[in-house]
Amino acid sequence: MRRSGVILAITAIVLFGAWWFYESRDPVPWSDIEIDKLRSLWIGGLPPVPPDPSNRVADDRRAAELGHKLFFDPRLSGNGNVSCAVCHQPARRFTDGLPKGRAIGLSKRNTPSIVGTAYSPWLFWDGRKDSQWSQALEPLENPAEHGGNRMQYVRLIACDPEYRAGYEALFGTLPDFSDYSRFPEAAAPGVNPEWNAAWQLMSSEDQERINEVFINIGKMIAAYERLLLPAPSRFDAYIEAVLDGDDIAQQMIFNDAEIRGLRLFINDARCTECHNGPLFTNNEFHNTGILSYPGEVPDRGRSNGMRKVLGDPFNCLGHYSDAAERRCAELSFVRTGIELVGAMRTPSLRNLEDTSPYMHKGQMISLAEILDHYNRAPPAMIGHNESSPLGLSRSELRQLEAFLETLAAPPATTTQWLAPPDSAN
Amino acid sequence: MVNYLKKNKFHASTLWTTALFLLLPLSIIAAESGIEATQGKSWKSAAGKFRVSYSSELEPIIINQIHHWILHLETIDGEPVPDAEIIVTGGMPAHNHGLPTSPRSTQYLGNGDYQIEGMRFHMAGYWEITVTINTGGVSDMVLIPLEL
Repeated sequence: MRRSGVILAITAIVLFGAWWFYESRDPVPWSDIEIDKLRSLWIGGLPPVPPDPSNRVADDRRAAELGHKLFFDPRLSGNGNVSCAVCHQPARRFTDGLPKGRAIGLSKRNTPSIVGTAYSPWLFWDGRKDSQWSQALEPLENPAEHGGNRMQYVRLIACDPEYRAGYEALFGTLPDFSDYSRFPEAAAPGVNPEWNAAWQLMSSEDQERINEVFINIGKMIAAYERLLLPAPSRFDAYIEAVLDGDDIAQQMIFNDAEIRGLRLFINDARCTECHNGPLFTNNEFHNTGILSYPGEVPDRGRSNGMRKVLGDPFNCLGHYSDAAERRCAELSFVRTGIELVGAMRTPSLRNLEDTSPYMHKGQMISLAEILDHYNRAPPAMIGHNESSPLGLSRSELRQLEAFLETLAAPPATTTQWLAPPDSAN
Repeated sequence: MVNYLKKNKFHASTLWTTALFLLLPLSIIAAESGIEATQGKSWKSAAGKFRVSYSSELEPIIINQIHHWILHLETIDGEPVPDAEIIVTGGMPAHNHGLPTSPRSTQYLGNGDYQIEGMRFHMAGYWEITVTINTGGVSDMVLIPLEL
């Protein structure tokens, strides 16, 4: 009896030990449904960059080279000091580390990354632009950002020999902008009264000549931005190991916290409802009850952005777009409605490492803060918070954070594109 | 658990409890089932006047990609219905939100077929597409369930 008791005890201890060890490693194997979810997030499933029919030079290498030069050129500004790269810094995954962008003045929102935006039908936090080229133009004339005017930028293309030659090779002969009585020093429609007055005095034909070149500046910058793509991260290596059924590789790549965090990410934490697909974004608009910036009224987000993009002469359906009407499906079938009040575009999670602060006004500094917010899901200040409380424990939130950190990877783009082009070239 | 082992004399029942703990997670995994396919079916309208089926440009339908459907509309007796007004809405009941786009019927293709453009889904999960049909003074609606 005593002997059998000892055997039972030993058996129990061995079983308990096995259970304990099993729990402390991978909790349970991935189910088939989970493997499908994991595959859907894997960068290997990312299709080639979709065409941009609104930009006829989108995939022209010469346009990308000129766009590269334009992106890093501070002459594209009112004070000669602000290039796109001032806020979209390659070393910070094309963000700036600030709550809100700071150039000539203070921008209204947080600087989003550019990496992977070629896949998005909508640009800016509120989606008020529907192409990369149209997006690239707005900051150039925003007084708080580049603070210049389109006449000035068009003249830069006409006067810089390299820009001029490159431009004419792509788009044909530039109009003659040398007559200052027709084409003054500075002119642009919009908020600057002097520039606006000069713009209004111009003939509509001359305005059109300027607009055409201005638009093409955006299209060249967009051709460059299309090259900024995400690279495989440690997460993607783990998924490859899962898909290969390679248990040893899985254990070498991810620790327990990361595996558990990933499991929460695709299941109980419901992150993939919005952060889905290989870019971890559905590029859609959601109100998640993010508090407004201290001292500011809540941002109406997509409900304003949708109205702006529909009325924008630089949208896909406008005559500056190269797309046939039927290629503008996203704009033609755009959603309206009350759900969009306070909604912001879902950001990719592939650039988290160097992109703090987060959210549309940089309201959150750390991933822990964000996870705590989604765990609580407080009521929205404006509109309706789509999310609901998750009820996750502290340790589960830490596991989610551990997983999110595995998505870090530098852009897949070769280093030549990540620094200013050599001026000797 | 460790304290429990130290303080109590070990019985066979404890072994069974341990075994149960070991088996429980496995039974939960086994209980997870596959996603039911909804394609290739037809749906009867709420008032029983029409039958609707659809085919999608994307097969299978994947999230985050705009595409079109061809919706086939026929009477309950199988006669194709031409020139009906078709209104397509939809959403995820569990999330209390609609489609991310505003799809429309853009063309009648003949034989009861209607081109529905601007379909896009932005989340995996259970969706409901509501097709409202207005024709010859008759109004009816069809609810199409869709698991993505």
